[in-house]
Amino acid sequence: MEADSRAARVVAGEVRALARLITGLENGESQANLVMRILAARPRRAQVIGITGPPGSGKSTLTDKMIAALRKRGARVGILAVDPSSPFTGGAILGDRLRMQDHATDPGVFIRSLASRGHLGGISRATHSAARALDAAGYDFVIIETVGVGQSEVDVVRVADTVVLVAVPGLGDDIQVIKAGIMEIGDVFVVNKADRDGADRVVREIRSMLETAAALRRGSLPVRAAVDTLGGRIAPLSADQEHAAWAAARAVAAEADARLMPPVLKTNAGTGEGVEALVEAVAAHRRAAQASGSLEARRLEGARTELRSLVEERLDAALNEGEGGQRAIALAKAVAAGEVDAWTASTELIGLLIQGGKA
Amino acid sequence: MEKKIRVLVAKPGLDGHDRGAKVIARALRDDGMEVIYTGLRQTPEQIVDAAIQEDADVIAMSILSGAHNHLFPRVTELLADKGVDDVLVLGGGVIPEDDIPFLKGKGIAAVFGPGTPTKATIEFIRANLKRS
Amino acid sequence: MSDTGKRPDSLPGLGPWNACVDKSTARFPERRKDFVTGSGAPVARLYTPLDLGPAAFGGAGYEESIGYPGEYPYTRGVQNTMFRGRFWTMRQYAGFSTAEESNKRYKFLLEQGTTGLSVAFDLPTQIGYDSDHPLSQGEVGKVGVAIDSLADMEILFDGIPMDKVSTSMTINAPAAVLLAMYVAVAEKQGVGADKLNGTIQNDILKEYVARGTYIFPPEPSMRLITDIFAYCAKDVPNWNTISISGYHIREAGSTASQEVAFTLADGVAYVEAAIKAGLDVDDFGPRLSFFFNAHNDLFEEVAKYRAARRVWAKIMKERFGAKNPKSLMLRFHTQTGGSTLTAQQPDNNVVRVAIQALAAVLGGTQSLHTNSRDEALALPTEESVRIALRTQQIIANESGAAETVDPLAGSYYVESLTNRIEDEAWTYLKRIDGLGGAVRAIEQGYVQQEIQDSAYAYQMAIESGDRVVVGLNKFQVKEGPPKGLLRVDPAVGERQVAKLHALKERRDNAAVKASLVALDLAAKGDANLMPPIIEAVRHYATLGEICDVLRGVFGEYRPSAMF
Repeated sequence: MEADSRAARVVAGEVRALARLITGLENGESQANLVMRILAARPRRAQVIGITGPPGSGKSTLTDKMIAALRKRGARVGILAVDPSSPFTGGAILGDRLRMQDHATDPGVFIRSLASRGHLGGISRATHSAARALDAAGYDFVIIETVGVGQSEVDVVRVADTVVLVAVPGLGDDIQVIKAGIMEIGDVFVVNKADRDGADRVVREIRSMLETAAALRRGSLPVRAAVDTLGGRIAPLSADQEHAAWAAARAVAAEADARLMPPVLKTNAGTGEGVEALVEAVAAHRRAAQASGSLEARRLEGARTELRSLVEERLDAALNEGEGGQRAIALAKAVAAGEVDAWTASTELIGLLIQGGKA
Repeated sequence: MEKKIRVLVAKPGLDGHDRGAKVIARALRDDGMEVIYTGLRQTPEQIVDAAIQEDADVIAMSILSGAHNHLFPRVTELLADKGVDDVLVLGGGVIPEDDIPFLKGKGIAAVFGPGTPTKATIEFIRANLKRS
Repeated sequence: MSDTGKRPDSLPGLGPWNACVDKSTARFPERRKDFVTGSGAPVARLYTPLDLGPAAFGGAGYEESIGYPGEYPYTRGVQNTMFRGRFWTMRQYAGFSTAEESNKRYKFLLEQGTTGLSVAFDLPTQIGYDSDHPLSQGEVGKVGVAIDSLADMEILFDGIPMDKVSTSMTINAPAAVLLAMYVAVAEKQGVGADKLNGTIQNDILKEYVARGTYIFPPEPSMRLITDIFAYCAKDVPNWNTISISGYHIREAGSTASQEVAFTLADGVAYVEAAIKAGLDVDDFGPRLSFFFNAHNDLFEEVAKYRAARRVWAKIMKERFGAKNPKSLMLRFHTQTGGSTLTAQQPDNNVVRVAIQALAAVLGGTQSLHTNSRDEALALPTEESVRIALRTQQIIANESGAAETVDPLAGSYYVESLTNRIEDEAWTYLKRIDGLGGAVRAIEQGYVQQEIQDSAYAYQMAIESGDRVVVGLNKFQVKEGPPKGLLRVDPAVGERQVAKLHALKERRDNAAVKASLVALDLAAKGDANLMPPIIEAVRHYATLGEICDVLRGVFGEYRPSAMF
């Protein structure tokens, strides 16, 4: 079978087969899904690292330097770099790889640029399965660099075992990390471009956020006091900012997993300073997560989300195409005309979609 | 799901004049293609390896320094070495017309000189893709 | 602003005239709905005294905003008599292949009446690679002359009196090294550094945004630049230590106003860096020079130069408190616009170049390079270079444009354009200050983005036919391939590599090594880097070896993709 041979070539580390598979996943080709079905049986070995942060924080340069550090340890590294698609034309300019081109000819490195193709949340729809394909192809680390347009790019937490959240001084917004509303997803915090004025202040701000959140979690600090504390350190906060700080703090507190306080590191991706420590911190997080069982829980949660969105997508597609689509229109007319009630019509439609195996 | 045309835009060699490369990258994006931009000072090896990893349908290169006769054929040779025969390779920049037959003989499908409308490049790509 | 003059705030005839014209254009419409300049700025049907801006107030307004040549704010020029004293320097950028070949071309140009040399280096030299570096393959001697070591530089200036000729070198990232070589060759000719005249481009910021031949990140690059400022202020007093360049920004697709704004923003960054390094603004200010483009829109270009002079004078006086009038004067070189040349019907380019050169002269340039008609196709032939130089000589001697100072001053249109460009430049300068200055704005991709947006809009206007380029999208003819283009001998690379290897055999390699170690130490500290570079160059350390030492200490610049 063709899918078998394609899967075998991916596992054997054939770069073209892997590249072609990712294209198939991006385009939703059924053949690619068959290949993934075969690859799914393989044990998952790679550590998946997500890198996220606001535009201009130096994510690509940091990724470039992390590749170098991981290669020095003999690891094979796969990179998925996501950039936004134009909502108007569907086209995209994918430029993250520009910073990583020194590794282009290294056989131990595979870099793939992905367009978001309308998917929100910082990664593309195919990122999940592409990461798995890289794992199957024998890459020890898979680094996912999110879109980085400043939206709340929280989806990477569903794919990555470890999320590195990159902040940077001097973007003109002192509490940008809080505002982005993504504090709660960081496992390792990095203040990049640490040679710039204000780096230490950003470190302090993040630490105080995290300490406050930890105190909230322990119940030793009431929420109101937490916000005051933060307000005092980062002051003055506007009403909006206070609200955001409060929400972010509560989100962290609500996390059932009483994990360790995430480390806050300083790097200078331009010179590579601090990158070794970052790689160490990422490895430490993975060890701790594995020991505590939180890695497993996180992967379960990730799989649940993936499954759920896949079901929604496939049902949605089935409702808009072919037989299901036609029936849906006919039933909608019937509902509009008062010939049948919406509940009964939906029951019929679900039955049709599931039986027909359309979805 | 729609299949997207993926184009790797690169500047081999050392010249830093990327106005044309950037204008064409933007025009291709505005035509709905996905453009992987690798920027300046790319070696033929980097271009070919990147194109394979990116599963690009097209490699579009621009050179203004006069090094095209040396660098463009290196790219098609390396592709052939790696058994890649389904990527459309295009060249652009300041390239004397006398050199075009030589470059075409080396597997450069088309050479777009100064003043070529972006539309012409887009149409050429759409009409000449080597894979569907 | 003074109000001693009387503003002609109404022109009784204008209203009725407008009404009358509106009536007639209703029946016979104008050629197009909107008229725009070459940069896409709106152009009105008619300009009147109302459009003069401050000068409309009469005498005092005129003196403040336009004034007199050689006087603040230098709108009308930096010298009192301009070209009545002497013509601008006719300086043709040239260089290709080996030092021997280029030396021959320079001697040819000097015989033809060129008054200053302008050295083009090949790309490996510009990026600090020796000719045998893997990335140099196919590039050696292509767009300029290949210089690997002092030995090449000695050949390049063989028989050229370095105390008499002024030399401009288009070199940026490794400018310190090439300047060191120039000083060392002069020394061998018996010419002291204090007798040298010339310019190094030395403008790294525009490399990041527009030209692409950078090596090091911004911070150490700025250090190299201020080291050169300090060294020259002491040892090479007549040297123009930087040529802050809008030329390439315009070539990359900017508008005229952006050209002025981004160039002057870079200028501000250099001045700030030098002051931070402990230099006095009046020590290096007079040695700053500029480099602008000349495009086809004659009036807009003339206004651009006038506006640039006025803005720079105000920046130096008001922002940096410069006292020396020479610090306030924006002196500039001009090159006609390479991107305006068409590969189609290349002879038409002679006409474009003539219009552009006229703009530069009417705008009061200090020196001028006219492009050759075949440069959209290849490096120029000797015949094409001669026509380009003759174009300048015709403007100088036959057109009458050089007989009075700033002849377009007082044109309602030109003064209005000058004011508009000045206003737009200030707006950009404020925005860039808000982003933390030019270096930060470049790191954030702001400047690149603005330029690319303009470049894309321009290309789309050509493709829609909204903007006509003769021979390109209108008035096309079928033509055969152009004949007689200059071809650089492909064996140049091999010859240059052989020369380089022979040099490495015969030089004192222990001395080379010692000088490179000294340079490494200096780079890691904060001493001025010029003395150790000159020392290394004297021992025939190669450009690549010197730059590799600096790469090791400084790292290399990586651009970001901006669209």
